[in-house]
Amino acid sequence: MAMATTGRQKTGWGTANTVVVVLALIPVLWMVSLSFKTPAAVLDPSFLPAGRQWTWGNYTGILHTSQFIRPLINSIGIGLISTLIAVVLASMAAYAVARLRFPGKAVLIGMALLIAMFPAISLVTPMFNIERSLGLFNTWPGLIIPYVAFGLPLGIYTLSAFFREIPWELEKAAKIDGATPFQAFVKVIAPLAAPGMVTTSILVFLACWNEFLFAISFTSTLASRTAPASLAYFSGSSQFTVPTGPIAAAAVVITIPIIIFVVFFQRRIVAGLTSGAVKG
Amino acid sequence: MSLSAQVAAGTEAVKEEQEGRKRQLSEGARAERRLGWMLCAPAVIVMIAVTAYPVGYAIYLSLERYNLELPQDIKFVGLGNYAAVLSSPYWWQALKVTVVITIFSVAITLVLGMILAQVMHRTLFGRGTVRTAALIPYGIVTVAAAYGWQYAWTPNEGYLSALFNNSAPLTSEYKAIAVIILAEVWKTTPFMGLLLLAGLSLVPEDLQKAAMVDGATAWQRFTKITLPLMKPAILVALLFRTLDSFRIFDSIFILTGGTNNTGSVSILGYDNLFNALNLGIGSAISILIFICVAIIAFLFIRGFGTAAPGSDLGR
Repeated sequence: MAMATTGRQKTGWGTANTVVVVLALIPVLWMVSLSFKTPAAVLDPSFLPAGRQWTWGNYTGILHTSQFIRPLINSIGIGLISTLIAVVLASMAAYAVARLRFPGKAVLIGMALLIAMFPAISLVTPMFNIERSLGLFNTWPGLIIPYVAFGLPLGIYTLSAFFREIPWELEKAAKIDGATPFQAFVKVIAPLAAPGMVTTSILVFLACWNEFLFAISFTSTLASRTAPASLAYFSGSSQFTVPTGPIAAAAVVITIPIIIFVVFFQRRIVAGLTSGAVKG
Repeated sequence: MSLSAQVAAGTEAVKEEQEGRKRQLSEGARAERRLGWMLCAPAVIVMIAVTAYPVGYAIYLSLERYNLELPQDIKFVGLGNYAAVLSSPYWWQALKVTVVITIFSVAITLVLGMILAQVMHRTLFGRGTVRTAALIPYGIVTVAAAYGWQYAWTPNEGYLSALFNNSAPLTSEYKAIAVIILAEVWKTTPFMGLLLLAGLSLVPEDLQKAAMVDGATAWQRFTKITLPLMKPAILVALLFRTLDSFRIFDSIFILTGGTNNTGSVSILGYDNLFNALNLGIGSAISILIFICVAIIAFLFIRGFGTAAPGSDLGR
């Protein structure tokens, strides 16, 4: 970083930067371009739609059908509830891991690590049968429960890394002033932990928002199908239209929240992604 | 009293004293311990209920003949389902495809991720822009990205297909696998890059300067200083990427649906459940995949030694 930078090196890195940005964005821009193409323009392989062939039709189409709106609502609801539960439970456990002495800590960490590496497909067959018999199949809780379980390891890792950065002395001071360990947690540590919790929430929400295997396996109707799963069942705004444009438009719509998150919380996301992995 | 008895009595006294101290400590310690368990309990219960219990149930199901279409014909068959899966060419084909995708995508991602990390680490201008751009593939919904690649490679519709003489790679086995690897690499290089960047920032700049003064070339500095110091970060990144790749499902489901022998083990498990409705065979596949993942994780963690993720947290 601090090494001498000559003009030639500057242009070199500038070029490298441009290459990275272009490679990252081209597939995204292609989806955006497709989403604005008329059905006729879809059959033209040029990257951008030609002159008159731009249309908002794909967007108005998908936003007027419950085929997409309902899954979008499901995705937001299931994602938010799962994130909330996972982050609350994970911060309790992470607090214990970072601050308390108790036997079984290594077991907890090992378990979280195992679940982070767990092949989701191994759960699909047994969970499908369990959910059917419990009446959870094709309901919100049927997805929220596995999402919480898979959000927990991510949450525990990220949060305990953040929690260990919080100054001990403040908690001690609170205890000397007569606070119970629980009060010390709620009044002193929680506000200091807020940035880490925001970061963790973003990561967990993105993971839920992105999830596909459980979403197609444990749902069967619009009642609980999430947005990514709905794409696989898209038939276009009318029976005779090619669904390419509408699918592209739907893909862009579900990508927008991510781009917003990334632009606003770039630093936090980077910190969160790397904290658990490198320090842990 | 013999000497040994004296010594024994002495140690006995020390032990008692230690236990006494333990008992004194235990008032506070016991409360702390109880709080620790209480705080961890909900997370542990959820994790066990959603993973350990279904895996146990899958082991049980895998020993039965159980087809959802024939619910009255449930019968204990021992290891019969495993024999059926392991002697099936579909399992070995799916395993081969999964291993090929995993090895190629992880290797390419490691090299590109290292380059990306260097770019992000060294540039002074537009650093924010590069990171934001790099995070987009990481965050994007895999299914959405997969549709993008699918349309891009569709003849007469996609720009990439047009670029390569209107080719239709998704209809042939090897080319389709190459497209799947491409999609995987595009999506996961940023994650690899960010993990490696964090490792790179732990390499002291002074060492690099000292080596430069001693006349080491850039390549020598990279292989002799940067790489060894980054080994823990590289291993962690490789472990997570390898297991992630091995579980590949979303992009194959969209890109080819597993046709033309391009299905991964996850696709095989899914198809078996929802097309063949066979819970017994499906559970046997689940358990076999679980064993594969456990073997990969075990090999990596042995490779880590003390740098294993979590060993620091446990302290």
